[in-house]
Amino acid sequence: MPQSMHLSDANAAEIKAVSIGKTFGAFHALKDLTLDIGRGEFLTLLGPSGSGKTTFLMILAGFLAPTTGRLMMNGKDITDVPAEERSYGMVFQGYALFPHLTVEQNIAFPLKVRRRPSAEIKRRVGEMVERVGLSGHEKKLPSRLSGGQQQRVALARALAFEPSVLLLDEPFSALDKNLREMMQEEVRRLHQETGTTFVFVTHDQSEALALSSRVAIFNHGELLQIGRPQHVYERPASRFVAEFLGEINLLPLEDFSLNGDRAEGRFEQRTIVLTANGTAPKSGGVAAVRPEHMRISSRSGADGENSVACTIEAETYLGGSTKYHLRTNGGVGLAVSMPTVNAGNITSKDVWVSWPAEQGFLLPDGS
Amino acid sequence: MNPALLRKLLLLAPLLLFLGLAYVVPFLGVVRWSFTLPEPGIGQYKALLTDPLVHSVFIRTLRICLAVTVLSLAAAYAIAYVWVRGSRVQRMLAEFCILVPFWISVLTRAFGWLAMLSNRGLINSWLQSAGIISEPLALARNELGVIIGMTHFLIPFAVFPIASAMRNVDERILLAARGMGSSRTRTFWTIFVPLTSGGIIGAALIVFVFALGFFVTPAILGGGRSVMVAELVYLRIFQSPDWGLGAAISVALVLVIGILLALLRRFIKPAHLVG
Repeated sequence: MPQSMHLSDANAAEIKAVSIGKTFGAFHALKDLTLDIGRGEFLTLLGPSGSGKTTFLMILAGFLAPTTGRLMMNGKDITDVPAEERSYGMVFQGYALFPHLTVEQNIAFPLKVRRRPSAEIKRRVGEMVERVGLSGHEKKLPSRLSGGQQQRVALARALAFEPSVLLLDEPFSALDKNLREMMQEEVRRLHQETGTTFVFVTHDQSEALALSSRVAIFNHGELLQIGRPQHVYERPASRFVAEFLGEINLLPLEDFSLNGDRAEGRFEQRTIVLTANGTAPKSGGVAAVRPEHMRISSRSGADGENSVACTIEAETYLGGSTKYHLRTNGGVGLAVSMPTVNAGNITSKDVWVSWPAEQGFLLPDGS
Repeated sequence: MNPALLRKLLLLAPLLLFLGLAYVVPFLGVVRWSFTLPEPGIGQYKALLTDPLVHSVFIRTLRICLAVTVLSLAAAYAIAYVWVRGSRVQRMLAEFCILVPFWISVLTRAFGWLAMLSNRGLINSWLQSAGIISEPLALARNELGVIIGMTHFLIPFAVFPIASAMRNVDERILLAARGMGSSRTRTFWTIFVPLTSGGIIGAALIVFVFALGFFVTPAILGGGRSVMVAELVYLRIFQSPDWGLGAAISVALVLVIGILLALLRRFIKPAHLVG
């Protein structure tokens, strides 16, 4: 691999956001955000629209100035450094390609701005075109390319000058599902090849879980939780995070007690055992279980498993899996997702829903 | 003919009728004169190509129109930029400056400029009383005066298509350029200006076409010394009864304008011309 194509981790930046706040008039877009972005990590900012994730990305890029707080890169304060001097790569929603420039000229733009020698620009553009699979399209204008191809040009252009950080603002929102998955794969590969720090904004939780080394979940301008995809999905700290990352069953518990990392409570006259998330609520807990962690059988579960008696109300065939909508005797609705190959065992409407104790977790009652 | 089309034609009929009776029919009469007066033939068109006076007027018209186009575009681009991308106050101010001239007649404005530019006008008397010049500057009754007056009149017409093109520029494209390290100046010249080139070309053609047919402003500010084509037609028909040549010049002017308008349609949608 030629020298210029290899980006060592040393070239990737480490960013610290310290108590960043941003207000637009009376609206608090970001509240006291403190967050570390590791060298070469793939961090996803996830949240609904208006949650502050895009505001934070714009502050990272230097297009917005924070109202309060500081932004540090590799130990240096860059809060007041303008966007053009930060020189992070950025892929915008809608790609923001230069419509009057060809694919080649688009990719060459950041290199020309940096006054690189023309021989180097030529070589580098050639490499990037090849790397994103656009050979043969070099002389075309963006309007003559498909959505996926435009996306590739945007990626090539953003990475052409070997930025220390690549920012991606909902880059796949305009693509159909298949193309989306292909481009996700492509972005993952580019991240591995370049070793650059990637910060990715999306409102699509499956995209966030699939791509990131860490996911930061935002709501109403606050960072609610940050962690590895598996951690935030399986051990969400709040009901919002639990529900935003995927479907979840919530069973209100009575008389629950906490014993080390185990919590116990009663749901419809049956004892439910759960893993407790460190500090648990003092009163009013809810047992939370993902639909795919539950299974349906004709008998109550084995030892160490929780079981609840239910009636099947409806089922939806989803190809590889089948989803069941059930109701407990007490009237609580549940959803269970099972591999379709196991679905043949279910013969009666009256069934037991069971799950291992370690797959359920405790959430506070309110939010 | 299908009923929907028929209905549309009926709605358009009054306009078509008016344009036909008020413009097309009289113009056909002018075309006939150009071939029949004073005697049948293409003599007047031959004269058009050989008469040195006609030549000099056409060349002067071209020169004035080019200068007016360049100056109007430069001013209009700056005004449109402030109007589209300025702060709220700047936008309101720009809008005011663009709209006010429409309320004042072209005649009033020409005389206004005469009051400013003539030898005993405001500018010359100020400069003289301030001791900056001893002899008045020749600002009016020449080509310079005509160019100033026409530019002032035509700037707003150039603002609309340019502003329309500027509004269509995706803000993210400009952010993208800045994010890649491009300075504001560089982004302006390499991204913003090319992206608004359609508006610039449209504005250039509009201003040029309008300018070609200008009559009042050059007649007043030129003081008879820098005659443009429209004034020449007037002189040929009303002062030296040479209707045939006047008609031939008119036909030539309409042809040139027709060709330019056809070009204009290729660069800009008519709806963009009014903002």
